[in-house]
Amino acid sequence: MQIWTFRKASAKRGAMNAQTPNSFRNQPDERGHFGQFGGRYVAETLMPLILDLEQEYRKAKADPAFQAEFDDLLEHYVGRPSPLYFAPRLTEELGGAQVWFKRDELNHTGAHKINNCIGQILLAMRMGKTRIIAETGAGQHGVATATVCARFGLPCVIFMGATDVARQAPNVFRMKLLGAEVVPVTAGAGTLKDAMNEALRDWVANVHNTFYIIGTAAGPHPYPELVRDFQSVIGKEARAQMLARTGRLPDVLVAAIGGGSNAIGLFHPFLDDASVKMLGVEAAGHGLDKEHAASLAGGRPGILHGNKTYLLQDEDGQITEGHSISAGLDYPGIGPEHSWLKEVGRVDYTSVTDKEALDAFQLLCRTEGIIPALEPAHAIAAVQKLAPTMGKDQIILANLCGRGDKDIFSVAEHLGVSL
Amino acid sequence: MTRLSNAFAKGRPALVTFVTGGDPTPDATASILDALVEGGADVIELGMPFTDPMADGPAIQLANLRSLGAGTKTADILRIATEFRARHPEVPLVLMGYANPMTIRGADWFAAECVKAGVDGVICVDIPPEEDAELGPALRDAGVSLIRLATPTTDAARLPAVLEGSSGFLYYVSVAGITGMQQAAQASIDEAVARIKASATIPVAVGFGVRTPEQAGAIAKVADGVVVGSAFIDLVAQHGAAAAGPVKELTAALAAAVHSARKGAL
Repeated sequence: MQIWTFRKASAKRGAMNAQTPNSFRNQPDERGHFGQFGGRYVAETLMPLILDLEQEYRKAKADPAFQAEFDDLLEHYVGRPSPLYFAPRLTEELGGAQVWFKRDELNHTGAHKINNCIGQILLAMRMGKTRIIAETGAGQHGVATATVCARFGLPCVIFMGATDVARQAPNVFRMKLLGAEVVPVTAGAGTLKDAMNEALRDWVANVHNTFYIIGTAAGPHPYPELVRDFQSVIGKEARAQMLARTGRLPDVLVAAIGGGSNAIGLFHPFLDDASVKMLGVEAAGHGLDKEHAASLAGGRPGILHGNKTYLLQDEDGQITEGHSISAGLDYPGIGPEHSWLKEVGRVDYTSVTDKEALDAFQLLCRTEGIIPALEPAHAIAAVQKLAPTMGKDQIILANLCGRGDKDIFSVAEHLGVSL
Repeated sequence: MTRLSNAFAKGRPALVTFVTGGDPTPDATASILDALVEGGADVIELGMPFTDPMADGPAIQLANLRSLGAGTKTADILRIATEFRARHPEVPLVLMGYANPMTIRGADWFAAECVKAGVDGVICVDIPPEEDAELGPALRDAGVSLIRLATPTTDAARLPAVLEGSSGFLYYVSVAGITGMQQAAQASIDEAVARIKASATIPVAVGFGVRTPEQAGAIAKVADGVVVGSAFIDLVAQHGAAAAGPVKELTAALAAAVHSARKGAL
């Protein structure tokens, strides 16, 4: 397995600087393309709606009242800003760079997903939509969507693969408590991509009254852009907090990537800070030569779910199933902006295995008294490799994008403990 | 005149039929396609299976999975098309499917393979006019028709963009929904077809939810063609490799209703 090191990445970035654009922060273009990636690959039925959504989003973005309502809800309902935390014992244990965490696991509902859901439901109401649908894998986005629907009194239908319904029972119950209808999807392998297919089918049949809250920075334009913008609150806060606390910017940002919304949310506000390196961490599952969910490392560009991006697929373009210990990373694609950032060399991407993530999960519990979700455990595993290669005066900032309560049962199972 | 334009120039509405290639097996598809031709279908749509058929209802989803489960590859679909062309030199054949299997080896590769296999047109569900560059230019350069979809959400402002660069025929999807579900009210179909035909210079075929000769006949009174898919898929699901007989029977009943729909009215 390829191990990303600080030195290697520096050399690579230097070589890329020759073709650096003026800004990495002005994507996508007016057609929703991030270089060759992104776009609007949807059925004609959805096309007028997607164009309408884009127009409404442009207006909302320029409307101070929309931004004010978003900010107010993030502060008083979600609990933002989330803290920026220096992890002293983990830093000491790793013996290199200082490790800091953006604590998005302290948000209401326990993950970063809620940031995006607040933004999208405000858009839905602006557009006069009266019914919300969403897909979910692990259930975190489903819970966040059900939460905002309850908060605003809109009916909510969550599509969830039948396999995931079985292995994420507590989140299914949470969604139902919040008033959502959970529809198990039996097509395909019954996981996240099948849930997304089914949500798209529902949307096509109910375009007149339904808003689809996509959970990650993927799908047809303008979703990758608007999800990124709503999640960018993470990076904007972190940047200001780090400057206030240390008077400088971090040397490296680290975040886990399934679809990539927490990572792009952290990275985007820093993209034009040339001194800040960035590392996205995909799920290598059982290993890159076996079953995994690392679309950038093991896939190639293709078209699925409305966008062109790196996908796990066979030579005929048939999509293959991803695997990860973390249900939230178990998706055969990745947000198109990450595909672009990989191609232009602004962000480095690596992957860690199920076992490495499980070890990092326990390390954080033991050293910092924080039980992380299995998704950020992947980021922590990468930090574990990276920190010792860096100086003690350097700073790593990792996104702790979710808490581990939901993963207690599967972690126990993997550790051979019966509860 | 091309094979496709001939099919719509017989002085009567055309019956367009769809089956998924490789369902239930790659070897069984030839006899099913022959049954469609023998039953009187004017245009054959051959579905390219895809793991994630987002615009399809349960019947065609399962057909895709049966086909892929039987090991169907893109090479099999192209072979099925090539052999069909050898057996039926005059019957237009259209490939229908999703963008990724069509573009994964490059649009030029796909267009060239279509030409080699004698494919007349391509319907790609998830490439709207906004992403035409992905496939459209390659098909047009190769002389293969790009058949676009129009839907109830395609308003007057959008219709010219949908028609621009499409040829062969326009496929009007009569319901905002997925394949094989409910049929649209006849009145809304009549209204939409009249509206589209006012701007279209190519034939307009109507599909989605059309299952019976009665439905097909009613649509054929106003449209240039009627597309039937899920009803055939159901027969293949039920009869497997022995589906040719029932498929031919249904095709004949549909063809009779479609071809005679305007007799007496004219």
